[in-house]
Amino acid sequence: MNILYHIGRYVLLLRETFARPERLSLYWSRTVEEMDLLGVKSLGIVALLSAFMGAVITIQTKTNIDSPLIQAWVVGFATRQSTILEFSPTVISLILAGKVGSNIAAEIGSMRVKEQIDALDIMGVNSAGYLILPKIVATMLINPFLIMISMFLGIFGGWLAGVQTGVVVSDDFIMGIQLGFKPYHVVYALIKTVVFAFIITTVSAYQGYYTRGGTREVGISSTRAVVYSDVMILLANLVLTQALLL
Amino acid sequence: MIVVEGLGKRFGDVQVIDGIDAVFQKGRVNQIIGRSGSGKSVMAKCMVGLHRPEKGRVLYEGRSFHDMDAEEKRGIRQRIGMLFQGSALFDSLTVIENVMFPLRMFGLMAKSEMEDRAHTCLKRVSIIDKDQLFPAELSGGMQKRVGIARAIAMNPEYLFCDEPNSGLDPQTSIVIDDLIKEITEEFGTTTIVITHDMNSVMETGEHILFIHKGRKWWEGTREQLLRSDNKELNEFVFAGSLMREVKRSLTGEE
Ligand SMILES: Nc1ncnc2c1ncn2[C@@H]1O[C@H](COP(=O)(O)OP(=O)(O)OP(=O)(O)O)[C@@H](O)[C@H]1O
Ligand SMILES: [Mg+2]
Repeated sequence: MNILYHIGRYVLLLRETFARPERLSLYWSRTVEEMDLLGVKSLGIVALLSAFMGAVITIQTKTNIDSPLIQAWVVGFATRQSTILEFSPTVISLILAGKVGSNIAAEIGSMRVKEQIDALDIMGVNSAGYLILPKIVATMLINPFLIMISMFLGIFGGWLAGVQTGVVVSDDFIMGIQLGFKPYHVVYALIKTVVFAFIITTVSAYQGYYTRGGTREVGISSTRAVVYSDVMILLANLVLTQALLL
Repeated sequence: MIVVEGLGKRFGDVQVIDGIDAVFQKGRVNQIIGRSGSGKSVMAKCMVGLHRPEKGRVLYEGRSFHDMDAEEKRGIRQRIGMLFQGSALFDSLTVIENVMFPLRMFGLMAKSEMEDRAHTCLKRVSIIDKDQLFPAELSGGMQKRVGIARAIAMNPEYLFCDEPNSGLDPQTSIVIDDLIKEITEEFGTTTIVITHDMNSVMETGEHILFIHKGRKWWEGTREQLLRSDNKELNEFVFAGSLMREVKRSLTGEE
């Protein structure tokens, strides 16, 4: 199986996915369900990771640049920049690829091996559209909110840890996070987030949809979904950063 | 009416079915029998377009299915009801939602009407008061029956049942056989039942196709089946002592 074959089949699957839905209202209620399942249910892990990573970034920044030449606000500034530009959109998306991507591939994969996708096809339902489109729309809508929450909690976690451990003074940190703030950076981060959400859902759905065999293959698809989503996210990150920031 | 002409399907190097010709009349129960692994399910899946055959044609009312465009295929499929060998109920939906699914997707009914229709179908397969259970909470036989209810929900013109009785007790089995026969006669459905169950063959088989090694080995009515001298068919049909007893009493020979 060569890579061109997979790319071709992936594009064809996308074309089917975006074909006209049979019942818009049904698709929409599925989308809302998926937003809950794939988005809201990821809130806990996103919040936890963000707060702790923010804390670690702050403490590490401080201990690495502890020099009288460097101004006190730099720690807050560095925490903000690394959280908004990279940590929240990219690292959290990689984590979501692990959680959401494997979930999508396993769900669609087991529907495939249990002939449930055949059952949809037989009814004349566009199975790709019905199963995949709501997931794409749901993650593209909800992930930006997750990432914004992550940005906030990352910076908040940094402030809390910094102040609690005494490595920074609250006023300096707050000055740092306000200094030279460019709203465009948030826009850039959210564009990345939306693209990554698309990658996670479509790559994972592709892996699930073309699962052949039994439960063992569902496991393999699920692992592949995470690995390929991660690789694609990293590639897209590079391309988007060049296109949007340079 | 469905006509199959020279149907062939291979997976890799394995020719699973080859050169099958058959005519499935409407309003009667057509049965496909054969040993496990002989290609029955593959044949049914080729007929409904889940597998693409590399040889032959499948004609629905004279129109070749695999030559239709996507829209036409979808139109035909909305008129097909299919019970899968493994039931293929949607895990994330309850019993009632499973049966209502095709109605919600295509039916232009009010919600209460859909529920009534679903209940009628569930009652016909004797599934009562199980609306809110999920497929995983049902026994295998119950899943089968819900699968049948879902298959008949849209009043299909073409009904495919892949082993409707496997996993059912003899009594329920007869209820299901009778139901399939009833529906077929009532609505003039073109019905194709895949089965191993000699009881059903004797009970409802009006036109029987015996598939052996991926080929149509024998074809006929159940009366002819009992008197056939086809070796492989006899081995299949009279494998059990009960059937041998039937034959003995019928023909007076061993
Ligand atoms: N998707 C597939 N890929 C490869 N081989 C397949 C596939 N589906 C079926 N086969 C092979 O085709 C043959 C026929 O399978 P099929 O499922 O049609 O048997 P069957 O007659 O329905 O048997 P049973 O009565 O046990 O259900 C088997 O040897 C099986 O291994
Ligand atoms: Mg089978």
